[in-house]
Amino acid sequence: MRADAPTSSAAEASAPRKRRGRFRKYLPAYLFLLPNGVGFVAFMLVPLAVSLGLAFTDWQMLRPEVRFVGFGNFVRLIGFSWTEDGLAANDPDFWYFLFNTLFLMLGVPLSMFASLGLALLVNHRLPGITVFRTLFYLPTICNGIAVLMLWRLMFHADVGMINQALSAVGITGPDWLQSTAWAKPALIIVAVWIAAGGNNMIIYLAGLQNIPPELYEAAEIDGAGKWASFRNVTWPQLAPSTFFIFTMGIIGGFQGGFNAAYIMTQGGPAGSTTTISYYIYNTAYDGQLLMGYGCAIAWVLFLLVMAVTLVNWRFGKGSALGDG
Amino acid sequence: MSEQPRRASVPKREQVRPIRALVIYLALSLLAASTVVPLLWMVSTSVKQPGVPYTDFLPGVPTLRHYAEALQLTPFSRYYVNSIIIAVVVTLGQLSTSAMAGYAFARLRFPGRDKLFFAYIATMMIPSAVTMVPLFMILTRAPIYLNDWLGTDYFTSEQFFLGRWFAGVPLGADSYFALIAPLLFSPFGTFLLRQFFIAIPRSLDEAAMLDGCNAFQTFTQVILPLSKPALATLAIFTFMSAWGNFLWPLIMINAEQMKPLPVGLAGFIGEYATNWPLMMAGATMMLVPMIIVFFFCQRFFVKGIQLGAVKG
Repeated sequence: MRADAPTSSAAEASAPRKRRGRFRKYLPAYLFLLPNGVGFVAFMLVPLAVSLGLAFTDWQMLRPEVRFVGFGNFVRLIGFSWTEDGLAANDPDFWYFLFNTLFLMLGVPLSMFASLGLALLVNHRLPGITVFRTLFYLPTICNGIAVLMLWRLMFHADVGMINQALSAVGITGPDWLQSTAWAKPALIIVAVWIAAGGNNMIIYLAGLQNIPPELYEAAEIDGAGKWASFRNVTWPQLAPSTFFIFTMGIIGGFQGGFNAAYIMTQGGPAGSTTTISYYIYNTAYDGQLLMGYGCAIAWVLFLLVMAVTLVNWRFGKGSALGDG
Repeated sequence: MSEQPRRASVPKREQVRPIRALVIYLALSLLAASTVVPLLWMVSTSVKQPGVPYTDFLPGVPTLRHYAEALQLTPFSRYYVNSIIIAVVVTLGQLSTSAMAGYAFARLRFPGRDKLFFAYIATMMIPSAVTMVPLFMILTRAPIYLNDWLGTDYFTSEQFFLGRWFAGVPLGADSYFALIAPLLFSPFGTFLLRQFFIAIPRSLDEAAMLDGCNAFQTFTQVILPLSKPALATLAIFTFMSAWGNFLWPLIMINAEQMKPLPVGLAGFIGEYATNWPLMMAGATMMLVPMIIVFFFCQRFFVKGIQLGAVKG
């Protein structure tokens, strides 16, 4: 594409004319960008600016007046105050829901290792192996409200399949989704069930198939067994995939948990499955419709995600993401 | 994307010994069962005759009465139509905007191109929760302001698009516009297609330019035909995510006849709390199209995940 390189440096055009000429030269590019640009401005940039503004107000949906409150929302959200009982969070709910979010993120490493295990299994050259790959991918295809409703039934205390299976081996299962102790593990099990055989398995599978066979041959010559060659060849060679899967999992984890909690537990019992994204929904769209405060929570969530992304950039440059 | 996956270096593994193969098959079968059995139980529950306990895995003589019930008790067919409209329009729209922008970023020259590109894809890490409140606010108020400004009541009153089936307000809450428009552009789609376009040899579009093609003709006659796999991949992923989109329509839609499938289905929980066969019938109906798409387009899934993630 050298065709549109500067051609007429000799031409002595006046400045505005030159600018118009340049604009005409770049016009095709601008036209190609236009549809996306319009959407980007209307549905991303403008809302982003409005959101930042709202985060510093006490706006409620049904109240006409809006007051500027400075950093008031943020102080209320993440600040601490001295009370008679000592130092206490201004919004204890937020810290509890952040804890819930982090707890549910235990599912990230769990499903990552499950994906690796499945990838190792389906990487064998055996007849019919693609059938298994397809079956493992099914939950990812079905992911969404329908599957979450199914799991609501699966975890039902009396008629659910999980407790039936447990009672078959002589264990009386808990009332999973009604118990503050068991609701979170139940949600993690669902998350692992959905994600294990999905995109992450395929990323690992591609990683496995890109490992040069010479490395295994060299390991074999050095007398390495199965486990030693996994530890010294497979695992380090998969590091970029692992890094990518883990970071994306963490970033997704901070923002996640809404759909599962909404369908399976309504954030309960006693708020024990309410995540940050669910808290934003409750604050902004349910009950008091605290739009300003909801925006403030969303911006704190953004900062958390950005911190993870920056760590990712700092340590992961040039590994899994290539030039992207 | 500068190099294709190294197909040639896939190791020729030694023959797996029979005993080991047996163990592997056994493990695979157990894991596959734990994946598939819940889904089969869903279908089985949805076709159970009344009186057969939920705890039975097999339904006995199957019945479709719960499916009929779901279609009668709720505007389920309307949910379906809404979901199809949304998914199709969003897919076509996002594909066009992403391909055009991806082409500009990959091939055309303009000042600050790469900086703009990275700034654009950096917005991918902004959680959707950040823009959701203002978007909700803008979209619900826009029709009221437009009415005031233009002195009409067009934007808040029900209109008939293509007859009764698509009746609804043109803008604002409970409109197709609110469900579709914010999803018509995508930094991810632009990123994915730009990466693919960059890998197409430049000699091909240079040849087209020499033959007198302008940028638009090169785009439609050279780049797009060569990018069918990438376009198909993006189409499938966009379709799936539009089909499953939940939170945004949950916020924007109150009217029963405007709900897409996930929101309509979620409403079952409140309405028919213990009628599990009915709920499972609804869930099954929602999943069937996805599973069909999946079985026809499997190879694009693998391609797409590698393109988007690993090879990024």
